[in-house]
Amino acid sequence: MKKITEQLRSGKIMISDGAWGTFLQQMGLAPGECPELWNIEKPDAVLKIATSYIEAGSDMIETNSFGGSRFKLANYGLQDRVMEINKAAAEISRKAAGNSKHVLGSIGPTGKILMMGEVTEDELYEAFKEQAVALFMGGSDAIVIETMSDIDEAVIAVKAARENTDAEIICTMTFERTVDGNYRSMMGVSPTDMVSRIIDAGADIIGANCGNGIEGMIHITGEIRKSNKNIPVLIHANAGMPVYKDGQTIFPETPDQMASFVKELVLSGANIIGGCCGTTPAHIREISEIIKKL
Amino acid sequence: MEQLLEQIAYCVEFGKINKLAPYPPDMKGQDGADELTKQALDKGIPADDVLQKALIVGMEKVGVKFRENKVFVPQVLMSAKAMHTAMDHLKPFFQSGTIKRKGTFVIGTVSGDLHDIGKNLVSMMIEGNGWQVIDLGTDVKPEKFIEIAKANPGCTIGLSALLTTTMGNMEKTVKELKEQVPGIRILIGGAPVNDHFREKIGADFYSPDPQGAVEFLNKQVA
Repeated sequence: MKKITEQLRSGKIMISDGAWGTFLQQMGLAPGECPELWNIEKPDAVLKIATSYIEAGSDMIETNSFGGSRFKLANYGLQDRVMEINKAAAEISRKAAGNSKHVLGSIGPTGKILMMGEVTEDELYEAFKEQAVALFMGGSDAIVIETMSDIDEAVIAVKAARENTDAEIICTMTFERTVDGNYRSMMGVSPTDMVSRIIDAGADIIGANCGNGIEGMIHITGEIRKSNKNIPVLIHANAGMPVYKDGQTIFPETPDQMASFVKELVLSGANIIGGCCGTTPAHIREISEIIKKL
Repeated sequence: MEQLLEQIAYCVEFGKINKLAPYPPDMKGQDGADELTKQALDKGIPADDVLQKALIVGMEKVGVKFRENKVFVPQVLMSAKAMHTAMDHLKPFFQSGTIKRKGTFVIGTVSGDLHDIGKNLVSMMIEGNGWQVIDLGTDVKPEKFIEIAKANPGCTIGLSALLTTTMGNMEKTVKELKEQVPGIRILIGGAPVNDHFREKIGADFYSPDPQGAVEFLNKQVA
């Protein structure tokens, strides 16, 4: 199988997958339950999610390991099972992906703030290394470090994955719209601030995920492209902002609505498009239909 | 005297903790909130003036800048650290009753939700505005909020949620608190939360930023 970056070189636009967290919730994951433990206890349910995205047309799927670092797993007393849980996550997605699709081992933030001294750089590096190695061993051919808001944490995660695995490294940050119409991460990082530091740390593909919806991603992609014309860009957008209705939270953007922005997103410079919170296989199918026609 | 208070307020606003602190870079080697607060008290400046004219002023400034997206989470965290360092010097005055808190605020992230960054920001801003803050942490069951609310008559409750799935638990917590502790004031916040949701679940106030929570609380005692 050719690497993702090699496949992109021909100008191909690739399709990633949709949400995992909100999908797991639909399948019965309760609030306060550890999503990653499902890799061990309910592997069939996790496989079902992975398979549904492959069937919808994804060229690559993530793993159920967003909160699989020892810091996040410690919330459930599972900090000693990082290898087992992450390896299982990658094995499940690899089973769905076969040998023709890519598996992106998902790594999310630790929730610890470096500058407050809650954690040291070495501790972060070790934690990301441990998780990335487990994901790689389980069959991930890429690692996606995502939903980052602190650039220093993102850089450490990229280095840890780069220096300890042979996977392609993807890193996406989460940006929100500020009152003056610009985009910044929670920690104040702009899309342009991100570009060179993440690439210098060793990322092959960069981008944005989560946030306010696909429309804002067009602006964010444009900002990234202003600083770098060549680096492949991956976008995982939410299906809009959550709305609370009758005791349930729904993400309002329909597959049609989301897909209507895809062309513009590609024109602004995105190379890989998928979804984040609230997106479903139906969203991915619709997005892939649009991309086929481009 | 006034100048010293202004300097403390400046240190809090810009997050200058003490002389050794490297942040902010343009204040390297200068006295920070720690040293200046000690100097102020040694010179006989009333502790209440340090609180009202320096700490609260500095925290309000950073709170407003945060709301306007002129500063982000790191700056607020550094300001809060500077405020805490100064507050440590004021502790004996709170204990002796020389200075009083405005009231009690009880905060926690609702049941099933382990996120704490937003909750901590709000907690620090409110403490830095002169309130007694009881932080119950994350994954707090409704019963816990009820117990603490009953033990602190007149307190205001703050509920935080980051996950869309725990918004339901926020609704449940509000309902049970309102039933069990009549007249309790509840304010809510968190990424997926908005004022429409607040109205729906019967909470008293929603703020998209910590400073809004501070202003709501101050109105209750004005």
